[in-house]
Amino acid sequence: MTLSPSPRPAVRLAPRWQRFFRDPSVIFALIVIACLLIAVVAAPWLAFKDPNASFPEGLSDAGAPVAPSAAFALGTDLLGRDLLSRVIWGAQVSLFIGLVANGAAVLIGVLVGLLAGFYGGWLGALLMRFTDLMTAFPVLLLAIALTAILKPSLWIVALVIALLNWVGLARVVNSQVLTLKTREYVTAAHSLGASSGRVLLRHVLPGLVPTMIVWGTLGISTSVMLEATLSFLGVGVQPPTASWGGIINESQTYFTLAPWLVVFPGLAILLTALAFNLLGEGLREALDPSSRSSRVGL
Amino acid sequence: MRFLLERGVQGALVLLAVSFLTFALGVLLPADPARMAAGPSASVATVNSIRRELGLDKPFLTQYTLYLTKLLRGDLGRSYKQSASIAELLISRLPATLLLMLGGVLCELLLGLPAGVIAALRPGSVWDRTTMGLAFLGISLPQFVLGLGLLYAFAFIWPVLPLGGYGTAAHLILPALTLGIGGAGWYARVVRSEMLEVLGQDYVRTAAAKGVARGGLIVRHALKNALLPVIAMVGSDIGVFMGGAVVVESVFGWPGIGKLTWDAIRVVDIPVILGVVQLSAVMIVLGNLLADLAYPLADPRVRYD
Repeated sequence: MTLSPSPRPAVRLAPRWQRFFRDPSVIFALIVIACLLIAVVAAPWLAFKDPNASFPEGLSDAGAPVAPSAAFALGTDLLGRDLLSRVIWGAQVSLFIGLVANGAAVLIGVLVGLLAGFYGGWLGALLMRFTDLMTAFPVLLLAIALTAILKPSLWIVALVIALLNWVGLARVVNSQVLTLKTREYVTAAHSLGASSGRVLLRHVLPGLVPTMIVWGTLGISTSVMLEATLSFLGVGVQPPTASWGGIINESQTYFTLAPWLVVFPGLAILLTALAFNLLGEGLREALDPSSRSSRVGL
Repeated sequence: MRFLLERGVQGALVLLAVSFLTFALGVLLPADPARMAAGPSASVATVNSIRRELGLDKPFLTQYTLYLTKLLRGDLGRSYKQSASIAELLISRLPATLLLMLGGVLCELLLGLPAGVIAALRPGSVWDRTTMGLAFLGISLPQFVLGLGLLYAFAFIWPVLPLGGYGTAAHLILPALTLGIGGAGWYARVVRSEMLEVLGQDYVRTAAAKGVARGGLIVRHALKNALLPVIAMVGSDIGVFMGGAVVVESVFGWPGIGKLTWDAIRVVDIPVILGVVQLSAVMIVLGNLLADLAYPLADPRVRYD
């Protein structure tokens, strides 16, 4: 069930980890994620052209965007900007949301579920009833409403995703803590005189790590899609900052004339979301095979 | 009966809390509602009289009580931009959105259930891998990308379906697919894992040993049980779809509540946006109640007494 230090002295991976690294879908996911990381770290060197510069040769004589060519590998957008550079820089927005906003959501979810489950009482009841209440709101709709009402920006999107995407995890963590609490080793720690804070940190929290890793990975996929959708609706990252959803938003009325403006950023979103979904599922099978996948996000 | 009554009361309490949160959201906003309603060129005197008219000069709790009494009478306030009551706007747009949701649920069931069954029949086979791969693709594909892609393929390159709009059954196909494919992916995965579990049970093996044909075994013994979690999923989809409807209706120009929301977003018509949030909470609670009601019909072991 949980990660335990392997008693074997050799540096051989446990069978489930061997399976994990041989799984074609995991390999595919790791390759995509590696490309994404390279795009983020090396954007200034990979993207030869300034993502926000309009090139005179980037528009046809009639003022239309240019199709993929030798000069512009993925074509240009309505303002004659290089699409390849914009897609590469757009990875930063997605990864920022996936790591920071989703990381904060995981933190909130674990904190709420852990405190409610471990301490119980009125605090637990209050926290879990509030969690239940949050499920009465559709996440995407509430995210749209909140970002539209507050002034949309990258940080507002991150804040809204962090404030909305913790609910499912809080419920899972809560039910896990309720089981972990009754385990013999936890009772033993209590009766040996360990403080409740110590029991919480040293004996209960480690048992939650597999769940946190799995939900954290799957959550990257959800939050990347959520950000893309918000930016597509115009309530996410604002222009001229390049974001995948934003590129499609700017060019959707011209998509029959310039389909590359939807295809390439769309593929970037799809591959990123798919990679983290596949990696998350692979991790779940390796770390926590008895658990079931539950519907997260949108 | 008592269980259902309890769920009903619970639902009502949730809605009460939702109304409070939605109201608080409207009040805590940085924008001044009276100024928004009056428009940017209105004089200070006009803004003040509107503020009095809307009761915005009263204390917070008084305002909330006022809001709640109006809400219970079905009065959601007025739109800032369109001179119409929000309740009327929502009711006039509701049929189109319900039709879209129905199409979405049908698409989820028609694609998701067979895919899940096919995958479960031969776990590890090419069929299993293909359907599960497709399910992952469906889950990972944002609706606006899928919608634009479907429009490009089936309305532009190969123009067999209309480029958006509303009216005939042909208009419904692409929006319903766009709304439903993600859920179909989830259904396929859930049905697969439920089927695998049921097919390993003793009573299924007994039935097989007794010579029940494989087809009958799958449909009558396995699928029937695998469908139980799907009921709850359909119930909660009504809420999930409210967010998706904004995207799908804006891509396809579908004249429902989603389009209303999208138009409201672009002019920051806050009362309309909050009204939609309120309505979607009602629909989520109703959807979950419907699922509770459907359970005993599908599974005689579930009885509320």
